[in-house]
Amino acid sequence: MYHKEKSIQIKNSASALYNNLGVLRIAPRRLTYFTVVHANVVNMISASWDGLNYSHRQLQSKEPNVATSTSLIMQAAFCALPSRDLLVVTSQKGIQMYESDGSIMVYWHALDTPETPTEQAVFARGISAVWENYICVGVSSGAILVFDVPSKGSNITLSEVLEEHKESITDMASECSGSQECIANLVTADDEGNLCVWKSGEEFQLLNKIPGFDMSCSSVKLWKGTVVAGYGTGQIRLYEAVTGILHAEVNAHARWIYSLDIAPFSGLLLSAAEDSLVRVWHLTMTPETNSVEVAHLHNECVTDTQICGAKFCDGDGYAFAVTGYDLSEIIRYVQS
Amino acid sequence: MSSRTLPLLFINLGGEMLYILDQRLRAQNIPADKAKKVMNDIITTMFNKKFLEELFKPQELYSKKALRTVFDRLAHASIMRLNQASMDKLYDLMTMAFKYQVLLCPRPKDILLVSFNHMDAIKDFVKDTPSILSQVDETYRQLIEMYTPLSSGEFQLIRQTLLIFFQDMHIRVSIFLKDKVQNSNGRFVLPTSGSVPHGTQVPGLIRIFSCTGEELTRQQFNNGGNYNAALREGSFEIFGDRVTKLGTNMYSVSRPVETHMSGTSKNSAQHTKVSAAPNPLAKEELNLLARLMGGLEVEKPGNTDSVSLHVIPDELSYGVINIQATKDQQANAELAKIMGEFTESGDQSPGASSKGDDLLAMMDGL
Repeated sequence: MYHKEKSIQIKNSASALYNNLGVLRIAPRRLTYFTVVHANVVNMISASWDGLNYSHRQLQSKEPNVATSTSLIMQAAFCALPSRDLLVVTSQKGIQMYESDGSIMVYWHALDTPETPTEQAVFARGISAVWENYICVGVSSGAILVFDVPSKGSNITLSEVLEEHKESITDMASECSGSQECIANLVTADDEGNLCVWKSGEEFQLLNKIPGFDMSCSSVKLWKGTVVAGYGTGQIRLYEAVTGILHAEVNAHARWIYSLDIAPFSGLLLSAAEDSLVRVWHLTMTPETNSVEVAHLHNECVTDTQICGAKFCDGDGYAFAVTGYDLSEIIRYVQS
Repeated sequence: MSSRTLPLLFINLGGEMLYILDQRLRAQNIPADKAKKVMNDIITTMFNKKFLEELFKPQELYSKKALRTVFDRLAHASIMRLNQASMDKLYDLMTMAFKYQVLLCPRPKDILLVSFNHMDAIKDFVKDTPSILSQVDETYRQLIEMYTPLSSGEFQLIRQTLLIFFQDMHIRVSIFLKDKVQNSNGRFVLPTSGSVPHGTQVPGLIRIFSCTGEELTRQQFNNGGNYNAALREGSFEIFGDRVTKLGTNMYSVSRPVETHMSGTSKNSAQHTKVSAAPNPLAKEELNLLARLMGGLEVEKPGNTDSVSLHVIPDELSYGVINIQATKDQQANAELAKIMGEFTESGDQSPGASSKGDDLLAMMDGL
């Protein structure tokens, strides 16, 4: 179904962090941007579609105006809003937002880091663009910061802090960044496996809480009103977002899941875990019967590698890319 | 990232160090009383109350060079003498062994079981010396108190912090290469077979439910591996069967000689073998630990009694890329940086510059 294509070499190896691959497709310029986190650095690669041109850039995590400040980066992700695309980088010190090519930092938000380290680690993790002009970022305390993003410029403001989760945020996802009307458009996940479902607005509304079973949910996606969640046990569960009804449960992987992605136009689901496997599934929603079908389509084994990032490179799922711990390349697969 | 990583890193690396030293002491036919003294002195220093108090405080992980300094001092906390090359080799073996154990742990929480395996072995080394034994027992209690309440997600954060520490280390270790748990490019073999972790189901089942919670269908899919159900969970108490073999002594005398076997069957045998593979940025606290380590009182008789130990490259590991030169350069750069930061910024504690000097003096003395 898929075959391996030429890998993209990166300047450093990927660190073992959840969802450690960012992908942004820029159709008008026939380019795709990739981001891979290595400790305190974000490796950015711009790859032309004809495979002939690659350019590299590295972004450091540091506060502006501070000469030496190293803090480990937890995640780097692209946020595609109707008016603009931004690259958001979250670390132990705070949240940085860049123009999507990484050229200029447009916003910095510092986290409250204590003077001496406390038992509870402090960091930001979990990034999502939310309809229509919001970017949400999770924090280790369980709080979710909602930033209001203007269509141009750096006048980004913290609009709200959502305090519902009690455990560290792991990941979050949204849908309906288009004209489609959705009831719920954001799902957030934490280290205890709890999921919160929200509707965005001037004040975000909590629509539902789906409890976890003390097992971390490391990656989450939202598609057609369905939450797709990946857990540390290697299980994937599909819930109806607004009601919390469990539609499906898949014993998908033999180790901790690190990344999930959905190709929204085709309903393809990508899952990747520490067990070296990337799996491709197909989801079918039947609204009339309120049912969901999950079909397994394909496996790719990245030998001797614990996978930490896997994403489709386009909305149909024609191609996907994978990163692994200690691997200095982005492996690509394309449909045969 | 996690501020609870350092105790686990120190104890596991220390455990590996003791396995290697024990093997070298036997291999070099060091008299039993001297060998015992070396082991006891090192273990006493490792579990010194004041040192452990400092170790267990919440803090960021040390840089590789900084932690190396602590272990240099630990290795010399006895009558034993190691030359620079031997110390380098020892440290490489220790770190690759623990990297292997962290990577191969089925669940992040199993790192605690690996730590208990090391602790169990250390306890066995000093079982005839009640004073040291009580220090070791106290450490068990501290480990249990600090780590057993942590969630799976918090353990994963600890694991991710450790993996950043071990990032890009691919030193080849002969015993790993022989056992086929490491490839010739230095990367570890991660089998897609064997028991799944405790709490995980064997992959392959898709279950669909109705809105009322009844199971509607179940289907199987090909999981691309060869897995079997999880083993029973290991014990997290002071005494108990840890179940996992990761963290046990791969150099022990009873270890059978390995014959070459094919890749897959070898991997499934991993869990039943007696032997198991051996194998960023603090400032003031790091130096405090190193200083504490160096300042601990250990009886050091005259030179005639000292034990000279060689960790011979050919026997325990081969094919090591000559990383020595680069390491020294990096060490100097980092030390210089720490020194620079002490003199430049004003908000360091009063004794900061003397700690920096102390650190430099220690490195010179090696």
